[in-house]
Amino acid sequence: MSVTDTTVQKGQSRVSRASQVFVALMKRPRSAFGMVVILIMVFAAVFAPLIMPQDPFEQSFEGLSLVGAPLPPGGDFLLGTDLLGRDLASRLVLGTRTSLIIGVLANGIAILLGAGVGITAGYFGGWIGAILMRFTDLMMAFPALLLAIVLAAIFQPSLLIVALVIAMVNWVQMARVIYTETRSLAERDFIQVQRALGAGHLRILGSHLLPHLLSSILVFGTLGISTTVLLEATLSFLGVGVQPPMPSWGNIIFENQTYFNTAPWLVFFPGAAIVLLALAFNLVGDALRDILDPTLKGRH
Amino acid sequence: MQAYLVRRLFESALILLGITLVTFILLYLVPADPARQIAGRSATAETVQNIRDQLGLNDPFFIQYWRYLTALLQGDMGRSYLQRAEVSELIASRLPASLLLMLAAIVTELIFGLTIGIVAALRRNRPADHGLMIFSFVSISAPQFVIGILLLYVFAVKLGWFPIGGYGTFSHVVLPAITLGFLGAGWYSRMMRSSMIDVLGQDFVRTAQAKGLAKGRIILRHVIPNAILPIIAMIGIDIGLFMSGIVVVESVFGWPGIGQLAWQAIQRVDIPVIMGVTMVSATAIVLGNLLADFVAPMIDPRIKTK
Repeated sequence: MSVTDTTVQKGQSRVSRASQVFVALMKRPRSAFGMVVILIMVFAAVFAPLIMPQDPFEQSFEGLSLVGAPLPPGGDFLLGTDLLGRDLASRLVLGTRTSLIIGVLANGIAILLGAGVGITAGYFGGWIGAILMRFTDLMMAFPALLLAIVLAAIFQPSLLIVALVIAMVNWVQMARVIYTETRSLAERDFIQVQRALGAGHLRILGSHLLPHLLSSILVFGTLGISTTVLLEATLSFLGVGVQPPMPSWGNIIFENQTYFNTAPWLVFFPGAAIVLLALAFNLVGDALRDILDPTLKGRH
Repeated sequence: MQAYLVRRLFESALILLGITLVTFILLYLVPADPARQIAGRSATAETVQNIRDQLGLNDPFFIQYWRYLTALLQGDMGRSYLQRAEVSELIASRLPASLLLMLAAIVTELIFGLTIGIVAALRRNRPADHGLMIFSFVSISAPQFVIGILLLYVFAVKLGWFPIGGYGTFSHVVLPAITLGFLGAGWYSRMMRSSMIDVLGQDFVRTAQAKGLAKGRIILRHVIPNAILPIIAMIGIDIGLFMSGIVVVESVFGWPGIGQLAWQAIQRVDIPVIMGVTMVSATAIVLGNLLADFVAPMIDPRIKTK
């Protein structure tokens, strides 16, 4: 049982529990790496205007070779330039902002929706639960990417719309997990006692059920950011996500993909950024699952 | 078991019915006017109106939906707005390519995933295990278009081992199959690792060791077969991942399957084709889940069928 030293005990104040979780995350090499990557990315997103070496929108003449081809990495342009002579490094830094904003926003909406549906269906059960969960089953059987593309095609893609589209596709997993947990919690004695004592539904949900669901919400919320980042990149790569000139890692590859055999850096660097960010959230989410619930080791 | 089977079949049919409705509503909301697209830019308002009448686009929503549903139940998915063909013919002509790609991807992900999982479990907590698990984390964090483009760059453009895209021979299928199976390989390696570790800890393995059987023989004859069974039951669920994956993979590799058909149809707002591919995909996903539900209890009787 390698987790005993870092297993978090119940019944402590929230602050000390949170700091214990943080310490446990930093003690594991994989999640520590993930945390560092996330911190760097958040820093880059927040301070993007200060970090960017050049103007990410400026189509500079010096940014193209004599025959009009993009410049390879090195020289004045750290990671090279794109087809329009714009500085790739600067566009990547600004793209971090796009990815994180959509990651957090889309995933936030998906968590609220998924947890809301899961708790409501699990706690009230009956026909409300049946309807909600049958709808969830229906969404599970939808080819997710097709649904997202169709939704994105209906509405003009803006940051908010892209985030909403991704949330519409991604809330299902959270709903299923929270539903199952709420169902088993709702039958337990301490909830039944509250019911018998005449506590209102809102009070039971807020003060007694939600605290027990927080660790699952945290784990699946963290893993969900990774799914969100990948879906945003894929939509933007297909041209129905974040729209140029606003840079996103996916649309940088979309704009430049036809030249990947002569300018591979235009696919390689944004691709690496996407993998790194998704990997970081997967590593942290997986470690959180081990830390918060040692019975669920490494399964999915 | 029989009652369970009947109930699950009934539920699946309801889910598919629900999907027809949701998809129909979504496509009804698409702001583009199909009649205008068919008629072309220079057509008069009257021509466009005539086409709208012909297609029945002026009828109320529920009449349109009912017409679609009754036709669908008779196997008629309508005609493509832009290609002069029945949707069912378009899908039937492209389905074999997609099925071939998915089959190749299943083989790829099982070979990579199971091997990695077995080796990682046997080298548990040693450097090889850590390295392999980091690889599996990377594979579930990598978007398919990035993997596809990188594989194309290295193995087709630079090394020239495989064609840059297209369809026809064995060498055409290798890179798309690896791209589509890459994500699954990551999941399977993690599941196989924990399944192996579970089985290695069970009594019958200890009994076999106590009887003095050779270690290699125990692992090959007893541990691996038992550990693989629960994994095999998961294959049906992969269909859902594949149905999203083929849209990207087929467009990166120019693979003439239903993913490419869907993507082209979405770009041109060819609504009957989008409906058709969505329904075929959803049916495949539902069948895959059914398969997983029935195979799992057959393999492991401890899984209850309530």
